[in-house]
Amino acid sequence: MKVLLSWLREFAPDIDGDPVELGETLSALGLAVEEMTITGGGLDGIVLAKVLDLSPHPDADKIQIVQVDAGDGEATQVCCGAFNMSVGDLIPFATIGTVMPDGMEIGRRKMRGQLSNGMCCAAAEIGLGCDDQGIMILTGRASEEQVGAPITEALGIEADVLWDLEVNANRPDAMSVAGVARDLAAGLGVPFTFPGFDVPAGPIGKSVDDLTRIEILDPVLCGRFVGRVLENITIGTSPAWMANRLTSLGMRPINSVVDISNYVMLELGQPNHTYDLGLVPGGHLRVRRAREGEKIVTLDGVERTLVASDGVIANGDDVAIGIAGVMGGASTEISDTTTDVLLEMAWWDPPSISRSVKRLNLPSEASGRFRRGADWGVNIDRACDRFVQLAVANGVISADGVIAGRIDVEGELPDRTPIRVRTSKVNGLLGTSLSTIEMAGHLSSIGFGAEVTGDDLDVAIPTWRWDAVTETDVAEEVGRLHGYANIERTVPRGVQTGALTSYQRDRRLVRELLVGAGCDETQPMPFLAPGDLARAGMPEDGVTLTNPLVADESVLRTSLLPGQLKAIAYNQSHRNPDVSFFEIDHVFLAAEPGGILPDEREYLAVALAGREAGDAVAILGLLGRSLALPNVQLRPAVPPGLHPTRSAEVVVAGRVRGVVGEVAFEVAEAFGVSGRVGWLELDLGALLDGPHGNHRYRPVSKYPSSDVDLAFEVPEDVAAARVEGSIHKGGGSLLTEVRLFDVYRGAGLPDGVRSLTYRLRFQADDHTLTDSEVAAARRACIDMVARQQGAVLRG
Amino acid sequence: MIEQLRNAASEAEKRLAEATDLDQLSAVDSEFLGKKSVLTGLKKQLGGLDPDQRRNAGQALNEARRRIETAVIEARTRLESGALHARYEAERLDLTEQLEQIERGHYHLVTQARDRLEDVFVGMGFRIAEGPEVETAWYNFEALNIPEWHPARGSFDTIFVDLGEPEEVMLRSHTSPVQIRTMENQEPPIYIVAPGRTFRTDTADATHLPAFNQIEGLVVDRGITLGDLAGTIDSFVHAFFGGEVKSRLRPSYFPFTEPSAEFDISTADGTWLELGGCGMVHPNVLRNCGIDPEQWQGFAFGFGIDRLAVMRHQLDDIRELVNNDVRFLRQF
Repeated sequence: MKVLLSWLREFAPDIDGDPVELGETLSALGLAVEEMTITGGGLDGIVLAKVLDLSPHPDADKIQIVQVDAGDGEATQVCCGAFNMSVGDLIPFATIGTVMPDGMEIGRRKMRGQLSNGMCCAAAEIGLGCDDQGIMILTGRASEEQVGAPITEALGIEADVLWDLEVNANRPDAMSVAGVARDLAAGLGVPFTFPGFDVPAGPIGKSVDDLTRIEILDPVLCGRFVGRVLENITIGTSPAWMANRLTSLGMRPINSVVDISNYVMLELGQPNHTYDLGLVPGGHLRVRRAREGEKIVTLDGVERTLVASDGVIANGDDVAIGIAGVMGGASTEISDTTTDVLLEMAWWDPPSISRSVKRLNLPSEASGRFRRGADWGVNIDRACDRFVQLAVANGVISADGVIAGRIDVEGELPDRTPIRVRTSKVNGLLGTSLSTIEMAGHLSSIGFGAEVTGDDLDVAIPTWRWDAVTETDVAEEVGRLHGYANIERTVPRGVQTGALTSYQRDRRLVRELLVGAGCDETQPMPFLAPGDLARAGMPEDGVTLTNPLVADESVLRTSLLPGQLKAIAYNQSHRNPDVSFFEIDHVFLAAEPGGILPDEREYLAVALAGREAGDAVAILGLLGRSLALPNVQLRPAVPPGLHPTRSAEVVVAGRVRGVVGEVAFEVAEAFGVSGRVGWLELDLGALLDGPHGNHRYRPVSKYPSSDVDLAFEVPEDVAAARVEGSIHKGGGSLLTEVRLFDVYRGAGLPDGVRSLTYRLRFQADDHTLTDSEVAAARRACIDMVARQQGAVLRG
Repeated sequence: MIEQLRNAASEAEKRLAEATDLDQLSAVDSEFLGKKSVLTGLKKQLGGLDPDQRRNAGQALNEARRRIETAVIEARTRLESGALHARYEAERLDLTEQLEQIERGHYHLVTQARDRLEDVFVGMGFRIAEGPEVETAWYNFEALNIPEWHPARGSFDTIFVDLGEPEEVMLRSHTSPVQIRTMENQEPPIYIVAPGRTFRTDTADATHLPAFNQIEGLVVDRGITLGDLAGTIDSFVHAFFGGEVKSRLRPSYFPFTEPSAEFDISTADGTWLELGGCGMVHPNVLRNCGIDPEQWQGFAFGFGIDRLAVMRHQLDDIRELVNNDVRFLRQF
């Protein structure tokens, strides 16, 4: 909502002061200033001039020689590049020495040998419009007697302040100049009043009741409908002062009738509509809900299909001629042939209007005000008077065109019986210690009725505050007027202990481990393109978005793999082939039966570009040891999207918690990734929900240990993990450590067999092991491996 | 004899000073001090001297021995340090000839900002709550006092999901649903912050992403006031941005809080920067979660996390946060 200082002063003449400070006051009242502009300034030296003569420049085609009278009755010669004026035109003229708004100083100069003593101005050059093509022609807007007068005086332009305010949805009152003036006056402690709008009585013997009839068939939809009739209208252009104000507030002047309609809406916050009375049979209007599928052509020429929740204004034949509160119909639009006008000033039910606006996608200045809740009280009558007064003043009608009286029909208006507001509750909510009288003072300054009842207040909500219903709403108004800056800052007195949950701590540990292991954390967008999952070798069962911004971001991921592959491909295309990434984020699996929301889980992914499956397994090992995951096993499997002979499921304490290995060649290629990608993906939420973290103390033996190296010839189809398991079983409690430290394939070994060399450490807690004890334990390990895995000691 | 001893000592000193390695030193050592040395031989002759001569010769002998021993130690010290020196010299290294760097990974900037925020709030007595990113209209709107017709719904620019009835399931447009889930599952007093990703139909550009991160605070306790909210925000601003940064509240509107406010922080150039929204939890929101607004009051506040990362590192394009370019990630 934009407001002009001069306009605010028509309601509160004492509003005064530094524009920046006034803006701060508006912001502190909740009307945040988004932009402030000083208008009408910087025009010193620009005068109204009259064109006396036009002649071609002897040595140039693109400029002509203009003689103007700049007020001294003499001809002043200028060279001008525009050709749109005629002899006798009135124009703005910048005299010698004028500093233009853009900073250029007008000097006496010669242009191709001809003297130029000033500059004829285009509207854009002096901030009075957008036109920068031709010279601004002011014939009709100023008179010849004013030639030589400052342009501001000739056009009635005053220096002014324009504020663009952010008005929140709970401030229907502030969607008008008058409403902003009321608030600002209260904030400054100066008086606010509505001026009287004098309306001619109109000819005797004619009454609005004879000319029109209004019925409200749906009282919820329409709380109030006021109608007036204006006869014998003349449509022309609006005076400059009105056109200037409309332009300042962002509305384009159209014609004298539309302009008054908009002016009244901006000034008083009451949207209104005009019907060509001659096109409304019998002047009969019926307000009702639309019929399902009912059609209407709106003012913009578009045929619209309505539903039963929309409201319409129908004529006496029950044909819809307007969508209530949203847009008028084309069939009764005012035109050059219109003689009589029916003026509508109504109050529409905000939820009904909101639904229609949203469904039809037809937001407008008018519907925006109805959606917030317009004023249903005396402001409607005031807006009628203002409309009629301006219509007479601007020559739209004569005094005889005013038809006496108005139709005023009521439906259901909001119930605003006074509410009890407890002083203690308001202070308890705000943290203030205001007296009941102080609260009453704040409330009455913005028109709330506040009557002291014992320790509390009975508060009457004004009709311009549809949003305010409850005690809390009133408390907010008290706080706003008291000033948030004046509320003492405290902190809650309750004693609380802040902490991360164990999951949140473990998740941080996982991040630390991975960062320590050299992996960079990534956060790709959570959306996938259709087909991404299929390219990753996965089922295409991702949840889809109804209104994605772009098709490439329309599927929710079920795995972190596609996003990681895209990130790797991006970096590979920028000459960084071997990145090591991790990501901890949500994936969205199909909903559990009976559930409506997807099964949302937090996954961990580690992607090691240019590295093999073993590196991914090593990361898993690091996590397993650090989190003390019990019994981590790799179960042979071919997980979707992964290398079929180099991947496995990760099983922790008997439950599958993820996958590890390498990305399948064709999947990597499909995402433009070259080389191998080591891959680990874990359901981190489920993993950390399960048993882990039990780092129980184990005494450190005081006795020496003995190390033994054993090399086994192991068939390729026997996993090293199984050999290791057998070693552990054979070694029993004396075996404290087993580490695979060499793998050999090649000469000296049979086909299909590799050599695995382990270093075993034997140690007892209570004595030094004898040579024979070590030998026996060594033998037991060898025997167990031979028996369980069919692997023999390498000779 | 005394003369002999002095000559031997001088001879030994001279040869020791000339010795170039430990072998030569050992040879001189045994030649002059060993069992077959000159000194040992002369010592044997002492017995045959008269007492006066014997005393003088003995003193001369001791003097010669002391001189030789001192020279041996000096020579040994000289030769040994020379050997160590030679060993060090042999392996002189240019430390700037560095082939391998020890590389760590890098936390994402959003994680860094989020962790810092969490740490500050934990220090202030808050716990960290989390919730799903896909939500129902109840949690995202209705329970938060935003009924279906409410104009504010449109301003959320919600991304909907093809589940349930039309516009029933959506990507959460703010972290406020976590307020509702927390209040449904926990009795007051409640002191939580809820960080997480949120979504709007914003086309990605230098200052917008359709998926971005917010943090939301909620306090529900007895006797909580707007003054407590202002003071809590002030404490946070001091802890996070520094003691010199001020905060202020301006009246605003959110359907789920009343009174509502925007909060600003002061900047170095004396202007105010809008950081987020806040307010007293609306009684309807408390009631929707089964909490009696006559017994309990609360406040809530929220602001963007990504923007803090952008401000902290002066990023000129927020899309860097989702590009995952290692040349970006490894800077922090």
